[in-house]
Amino acid sequence: MSTPSELIDPASPPTSTAGRADLRSQSIRDAVIRLAGDSQDGIQSAGAFLARLAGRSAQEVMTYMTIPSTISGGPSIFQVRMGTGEVLSAGDEADFLVAFYQHSYDEHINFLKEGGVLLYDSDHVQPNLDDKRFVYVGIPITGLTVEALGGTAKDKGKNIFILGLLARIFDLDVEKLKGLIQEKFGGKDVSIVNTAMMAFQAGFAYPVGNVLTTLYQFEKATETTGPAQVTMDGNQALAYGLIAGGVRYGAAYPITPWSTIMEILRSEFPKYGGLFVQCEDELGAVSMALGFSYSGNLAITGSAGPGISLKTEAIGWASMAEIPLIIVNVQRGGPSTGLPTNVEQSDLYQAIFGGHGDSPRVVLAPSTVEDCFYTAIEAARIARKYSTPVFILSDASLATRIQAFDEPDLKSLMIDPKPDLSERPAGFKPYPVNGITQHAPPGSRMADGKYPVVTGLEHDELGHPTGSPKLHMEMTAKRRHKLQQLAAEIPVPEVYGGPEGEALIVGWGSSYGPIHEAAKSARERGESISALHLRHLNPLPNGLEKIFARFKRVIVAEMNDEGLYGYGQLATILRARYCDPKIRSLTKTDGLTFRVKEILEGVLK
Amino acid sequence: MSATDIIPATSPAPEKLTKKALTADHPTWCPGCGDFAVLAAFYKMLERRQLPHEKIVTLAGIGCSSRFPYFVNTHGGHFIHGRAVPLASGVSLARPDLHVFLFGGDGDAFSIGGNHLEHGARKNINLTYVIMDNFVYGLTKKQTSPTSPIGFKSKTDPTGAIDQPVNPIKKLLTAGATFVARTHATQINHMIQTMERAMDHEGFSVVECLSECVEFYPGAFDAGNPRKGGEFKLIEEKKWDGTPEDEQRHDVTDEIAAYKLANLPFPGLFGVFFESDRPTKNVLEKKWSDGVRAKLGDATDLQILQKTFDRMK
Repeated sequence: MSTPSELIDPASPPTSTAGRADLRSQSIRDAVIRLAGDSQDGIQSAGAFLARLAGRSAQEVMTYMTIPSTISGGPSIFQVRMGTGEVLSAGDEADFLVAFYQHSYDEHINFLKEGGVLLYDSDHVQPNLDDKRFVYVGIPITGLTVEALGGTAKDKGKNIFILGLLARIFDLDVEKLKGLIQEKFGGKDVSIVNTAMMAFQAGFAYPVGNVLTTLYQFEKATETTGPAQVTMDGNQALAYGLIAGGVRYGAAYPITPWSTIMEILRSEFPKYGGLFVQCEDELGAVSMALGFSYSGNLAITGSAGPGISLKTEAIGWASMAEIPLIIVNVQRGGPSTGLPTNVEQSDLYQAIFGGHGDSPRVVLAPSTVEDCFYTAIEAARIARKYSTPVFILSDASLATRIQAFDEPDLKSLMIDPKPDLSERPAGFKPYPVNGITQHAPPGSRMADGKYPVVTGLEHDELGHPTGSPKLHMEMTAKRRHKLQQLAAEIPVPEVYGGPEGEALIVGWGSSYGPIHEAAKSARERGESISALHLRHLNPLPNGLEKIFARFKRVIVAEMNDEGLYGYGQLATILRARYCDPKIRSLTKTDGLTFRVKEILEGVLK
Repeated sequence: MSATDIIPATSPAPEKLTKKALTADHPTWCPGCGDFAVLAAFYKMLERRQLPHEKIVTLAGIGCSSRFPYFVNTHGGHFIHGRAVPLASGVSLARPDLHVFLFGGDGDAFSIGGNHLEHGARKNINLTYVIMDNFVYGLTKKQTSPTSPIGFKSKTDPTGAIDQPVNPIKKLLTAGATFVARTHATQINHMIQTMERAMDHEGFSVVECLSECVEFYPGAFDAGNPRKGGEFKLIEEKKWDGTPEDEQRHDVTDEIAAYKLANLPFPGLFGVFFESDRPTKNVLEKKWSDGVRAKLGDATDLQILQKTFDRMK
């Protein structure tokens, strides 16, 4: 990647005499911009504007943010990596750091690349100017924003001021940005739009040439004839994927970082003739969702780890009664309240094994924002076909990450859900021992007048309770068999890089980007490193052992603890499944997404 | 709305809904259990009303009485302990064409499921809930229940229960249930009438039915059974006939008066304590979603989602 670090000479500090006419313009492939402030500064929305602009310009974009779990206030960052060509991760280091406060500077200066630009609010930040690694650009952001907005607005609008400034520095499409601001604030008081525009103008008009010697221009994206790009975050993509997959009913209880999905579905489902209910608690929510599913309408519930723990008993019932259900877990750091706004992949065991008794269920994990959309559709398909609970394991980093991706072909994807209330022929069995259960929802006439009961007690083929040892064995096997059938139908994932070599990095979930960037970068250095990402975690696709056999080492990179025996959660499962001692583990528990460097170091050591 | 696109049945109309058609597995209850009478009353009520067989749903949680769905030949579900209210709520909200009946005991309703009862009542979900209250945990063989009276000797309170019991009627009233009634398993006609009235009520209708556990709390409800020397005293409801004696009768829409009646010492009164026409969540949600739909004209699901994606370009 070509970065500003190569373009700016840190030895020549900016001078106030450099006029705008002297500004050089440089072409760059991509840039990592980190905005660091407090959560109430609106840096998320400034970052989101940049992300959406990049999406509209057919540029690749990836964002990363942390939000404090406090209601208002506390340090917060938003990182945007935008550029031309494939952007896999939000970037290990920033080319530009915008620091609103002294603590923002103190906390994040070490994430700035050597030679990178520190853009700081000189009203609040005193950087160590003796540190010659960086380019210092001090602008009285607070003062100028207050001035531009007439002095009564306090410092609200700093985010938009910065947006204007960045638009100038990176030669961004001002008209498109203004359009986005208009869209965002258009629904509100007209004065809010005007205020935002004034702040934007003030930032854009700032004589940046006085403090910076170079302006940048992204390389033009090659014109593509492909589909348009849509820009959204992972929770949005998941919610709209559920709609495309024909899910119309759901129930949940609020918890970070899951809540935005239920907020979207509460408003969206009624448009499609469905309903999403906020329940009194997690137990009520999963139970109501099961009521929807039992009534013939595949439903969704969701939460983060603590809430999933509470839902566990009912999920066991779904497994036993064979009721389809989608359970979304937007994972955060655990256990208990843990790290509510940080990312972790430590709920894999909970998803696969979290229940009493043998209660097989399907577990899927999306890898990117785009994949959130498609994984939701896949989850709905599997839940219906196999009449089973299906987990979707997203996480805190995917939930708020904004990415642009090819607009899906909704016409071919959209499922029109209709409960099958047709009359069932005589001899209908809700639980055929040698077949896959497909329930007759209430409202379906039974030709022989015998109506089925769905139940959490062990049962015979007709749903009557039984304590028969033989039947419990047969029915336990029946519930297992259907997932084995599913395993046979899942495509084996493609290997990124070469089909054989020194090491294969295996990952799951949101770490797709950094893992692939690490493999790419290692290959560019001549190392024979490949990557494999699993979407289906339970059951695993068949045939992985053949892929593993072609590599000297298989390194499972995941954001959870190495456990008592030295292996992360997926690594443990893969070792149990394949008994292959070359399966190794690379784990971390700092609550932050993987940096490319961390994976490279872990794989190459 | 997708759920209401009901596919018509192809075969001719079924036989009359008789007790025989409604009977499923033989109940596993102990001989003499009060729940047999509740089951018989439910059959009778269904026979009387002749609802379409496939539109009846019988649901339950866990407990002796929660075995109910196995004994009724209708669509049914036997769920987990305490969560049958939200399960039934999901069925009711998604499927306005169905008659949702829920059965359970005092432990399921007032202890492990207490919070759900509270919110089902508050939200006024359209369903009928018959709580077979026996003042004891029977399935687990005689532990104290939330309605066990102080002094009741159980395996978990060998020297007598010390905790204040739940007053079911008071709990239901304060929670916001819109139909609250009380009956006695030895009074078959009263049970049938009360269940029928509960079924006809639009909203969260609850019937507390004192149903004796002959095994672990025999004689618990004799005080309300004239055959055992007790008194089955009915609530006299106002007839609004302007007579002086009507002044003394109970106005079922008067929540405070209902609360006072519920405060009478055991065995108290039987009949309808409270009835209100507060709109159900079913209706309120429908109204909201109809409003949302109306703004979209006749756009298809695909067009609606496409429009959302267009905004994210």
